Amino acid sequence: MLQISCPWCGPRDEIEYRCGGQSHVIRPGPPEAIDDETWGRYLSEKINPRGEHLERWLHAAGCRRWFNVARDTATHRIRAVYHMVEQPPAIGEEEGAR
Amino acid sequence: MRYSAWTVFKQGLTGQRGWKPAWRLPDPRPAYDVIIIGGGGHGLATAYYLAKTYGVRRVAVLEKGWIGGGNSGRNTTAIRSNYYYRASAKMYDHSLRLYEGLSRELNYNVMFSQRGMISLAHSLHEVELAHRQAGAMRLNDIDAEFLSPAEIARRVPILDMSPGARFPVLGGVIQKRAGTARHDAVVWGYARAADGLGVDIIQNCEVTGFRRGPDGAVTGVDTSRGPIASKRIGVAVAGHSSRLAEMAGFRLPITSYALQAFVSEPLKPVLDTVVLSPATGVYMSQSDKGGLVIGGALDLYPSYAQRGNMLVIRNVLGAVAAQYPSLGRVRLLRQWAGIVDIVPDSSPIIGASPVPGLFLDCGWGTGGFKAIPVGGTMLAHQLATLSPHPLAEPFSLERFTTGALIDEAAGSGIAH
Repeated sequence: MLQISCPWCGPRDEIEYRCGGQSHVIRPGPPEAIDDETWGRYLSEKINPRGEHLERWLHAAGCRRWFNVARDTATHRIRAVYHMVEQPPAIGEEEGAR
Repeated sequence: MRYSAWTVFKQGLTGQRGWKPAWRLPDPRPAYDVIIIGGGGHGLATAYYLAKTYGVRRVAVLEKGWIGGGNSGRNTTAIRSNYYYRASAKMYDHSLRLYEGLSRELNYNVMFSQRGMISLAHSLHEVELAHRQAGAMRLNDIDAEFLSPAEIARRVPILDMSPGARFPVLGGVIQKRAGTARHDAVVWGYARAADGLGVDIIQNCEVTGFRRGPDGAVTGVDTSRGPIASKRIGVAVAGHSSRLAEMAGFRLPITSYALQAFVSEPLKPVLDTVVLSPATGVYMSQSDKGGLVIGGALDLYPSYAQRGNMLVIRNVLGAVAAQYPSLGRVRLLRQWAGIVDIVPDSSPIIGASPVPGLFLDCGWGTGGFKAIPVGGTMLAHQLATLSPHPLAEPFSLERFTTGALIDEAAGSGIAH
């Protein structure tokens, strides 16, 4: 089981969270200028990497706030937890990196 | 060598010395008419139908490990066609029909046992949905019957049917033609039959990149055993489809998750059908060896790690203990996970990719095993004729542009 550090509540068990999938997905715009192909890609395409994945998590059974996690999909190691508006910290720059 | 009761008898008299390996272990040739990446059930079935139906004999199946070592060897062996939409129902029922004749077709006993599958209904709403599901299936010429609680109690005596049950049973839908098969036998049967038609099955051969011509079309692959040329390449690699797509320079609407399965210690016969509880997502059958084969929900986050998450283990086994109290003290023998390719509408992606010459058979998610014969049929048709199989037309990658999704997650209420 994962232990995830919510930026507001601190470390809690995975059971309190919900994974919201790939983060940093930018909505294309303006809508009237977007063709079906671009829109379809925005809605459905995933990077789905084997390795580091930047993803959104919700602390569903806690503060109910969203945040970002940089997590390895092969080892499940969490490299960094950071706020929704931030970019992922560079490797080695994580706060309290373990 | 043809397998038969007579062959077994004769080998018994001659000290079992006449058996031959079921398939060769060839080195890759420099070029093939068709390369199939992925030596699981889908890849091997594709090779078999390419050789048998379309007469394409220069075919290679490239497998990075050993054949049937991925999801083909990790599933819970359930075969069913209880889908909601016409496109899915026709396609999956075609697969079920091919399974019905598969042992004879391949001359290999795949142990297909049509023991039926029951989807339970735990509330009045689920009873209504069950009637709707049975009606939809019958409209699509698939057998389905609504079962009363008394009938379910008779068929599944170990199920807790008491009024105070944690998950009360108000009814269910049975598909009597559904069942289970021996998953390794399906892989080995297709491998042996394809090999017999001249297909090269090349194991320990990992694809590391695609070779492209000036027009962008594929001209071959780079592998851990050297480059191999081919202008038609099929990809049937389940949870690793996104990685192959990345090598070819495009993305898929796929997220990879771990799906766990469990087998208990062998028991005397207690369950002679497959039972699914939509409320918990847990389904169970009993193998011919006596082990209870249990499956449940996906792990909670994207993963390529072929091992399970403790939280899901607890939920799945807790649900089993709640619904089948007599099994509460049964011990598990094994637990494992496979990496499944989950698509937003829970339907597969079959046919052309954005790269000319490269064709897809992916997105089967948690239900690829039951579709092995039809997946192979559809990808073989695509690779041989360069046009989609009639059953595969609705399942093209283009549906994510056109919006013509086939949302089986909502339609049939499948577990994932």
